[in-house]
Amino acid sequence: MSINDGAGRGQLASDAQSFSSAGRLEHVLRAGHFAVTAELAPPDSANPEDVYARARVFDGYVDSMNATDGSGANCHMSSMAMCALLTREGYETVLQISCRDRNRIAIQGDVLGGAALGIRNMLCLTGDGVQVGDHPEAKPVFDLDSMSLLETVARLRDKHVYTSGRKLSDPPRVFLGAAANPFVPPHDFRPYRLAKKIAAGAQFIQTQYCFDLPRFQTFMARSRDLGLLEKCFILPGVGPLASARTAEWMRRHIPGVHIPDAIIKRLEGAKDQKAEGRNICIELIQQLREIEGVSGVHVMAHRQESYVAGIIEKSGVLRGREPWSPSNSTTRERDYA
Amino acid sequence: MEPDVKRPLLDEAIQALRGRWPPFSRDESPIRLATIGSTVVLPWQEKLVYSVRLWAARHARWFERLYRAFEPVIVKLHPLWKSVGYQRAEKPMAKVEEISKGMLFDCQMCGQCILSSTGMSCPMNCPKSMRNGPCGGVMQNGNCEVNPEMRCVWVEAWEGSQKMKEADAIHVVQLPVDHRLQGSSSWLRVARGASEQPVEQQEASQ
Repeated sequence: MSINDGAGRGQLASDAQSFSSAGRLEHVLRAGHFAVTAELAPPDSANPEDVYARARVFDGYVDSMNATDGSGANCHMSSMAMCALLTREGYETVLQISCRDRNRIAIQGDVLGGAALGIRNMLCLTGDGVQVGDHPEAKPVFDLDSMSLLETVARLRDKHVYTSGRKLSDPPRVFLGAAANPFVPPHDFRPYRLAKKIAAGAQFIQTQYCFDLPRFQTFMARSRDLGLLEKCFILPGVGPLASARTAEWMRRHIPGVHIPDAIIKRLEGAKDQKAEGRNICIELIQQLREIEGVSGVHVMAHRQESYVAGIIEKSGVLRGREPWSPSNSTTRERDYA
Repeated sequence: MEPDVKRPLLDEAIQALRGRWPPFSRDESPIRLATIGSTVVLPWQEKLVYSVRLWAARHARWFERLYRAFEPVIVKLHPLWKSVGYQRAEKPMAKVEEISKGMLFDCQMCGQCILSSTGMSCPMNCPKSMRNGPCGGVMQNGNCEVNPEMRCVWVEAWEGSQKMKEADAIHVVQLPVDHRLQGSSSWLRVARGASEQPVEQQEASQ
């Protein structure tokens, strides 16, 4: 079994100086491979085995897993704990940090703690409003926003200081990510907002579900004109839709999800809607791969996680490359940093 | 514009008007009460303030010009502020600011005004206090995900900024808010900053 994810030891030794992190995701992206990341649904339990079981379904098909931070403002196991558990097993994870639940004191502490636990990637988000989740009575914090959060973490890493100016002795070595949603208004502002996120420190971008390809192409063309594509890695979000009804529900109830009517019509017309949803997803991945500046995909397959391996396999985007997993590695490669 | 009634009493009145009983105190109220600055207002006043705020963002160019004329005046009055004492001027000035900007922009008195960088649409009216652009939850009709009746503050801000001469100001990354400045006068801070910074620099060079 060969592992060709551009993250071999030799390469690490030579490139580590110029890299922000020691993580495999950054190495895969910088090596020019098409990266695959997936969203990991957090369990409503205190059992670590639940986390491992959820991660195992992606083995050999994804370069990194995003552990969501109370996504949709619903309470689950924390992103930090999931990342820490998975890092122990050698998995590559993306820590999601949302501004909804913590202020700058808690967040900066978590960034240091997360890096100390071996987390190499952090995705800076504003977070959903509390009203959409299962605790609408909670106090929304929003001390920072995604932009000032990026700036804060970049400052910890590059200038070795807290926002207060107090010095760190060892900075966190992390690869910084941010989210983008090119599919909602104000559309003209979205590429500029991406530019702003890059200026604030974003190195990779994971987008909201992409079902509207022309809209995404316009966004990418505009970003190219602004010279943004060389400055960050863009991973559009994809995912299989379970049925026309699910799609309709999603676009009505999940803020920021835009699904064109044509997609819903196509699902309605299919005999096996679930299979058709996966076909749409595979086609989208293949079409996205052809767009200039797309460095990978971020798969969000809520409650359809078991199909992700098949979708990636059929799309052929890995081109024979097999991302690291505990079963295909000879060494744990935990301590190569 | 400003009802001169004690807040708990007004709260009770609002609750009674909305048919909710028993009334809640303002802090534990499950519904968001409308405010101008820190003053609770009635629903019709909230609607009025909301329309005025949209109108202001739509005339961002005009307000930009007004602000450009106004800022040097505030800065030039530095000797006056100094003789009165910035501390003593603070409270009345903050009140003037709260009322005037409150009426025009539904100002939330963060004390670090960036209206000229946000198309004259106050970002503190965003339920997520976003100061750097819209979140990813904006609805297709341009309304807010948290408060679907309201236009997204940043959709307004983007449109407003495009009418302004300094349209690029919206692209500057804004640092986190200093919550200690909540309720203080942003104008006095500008006046003091512009007038006293050179002095500090002179001192530093000596």
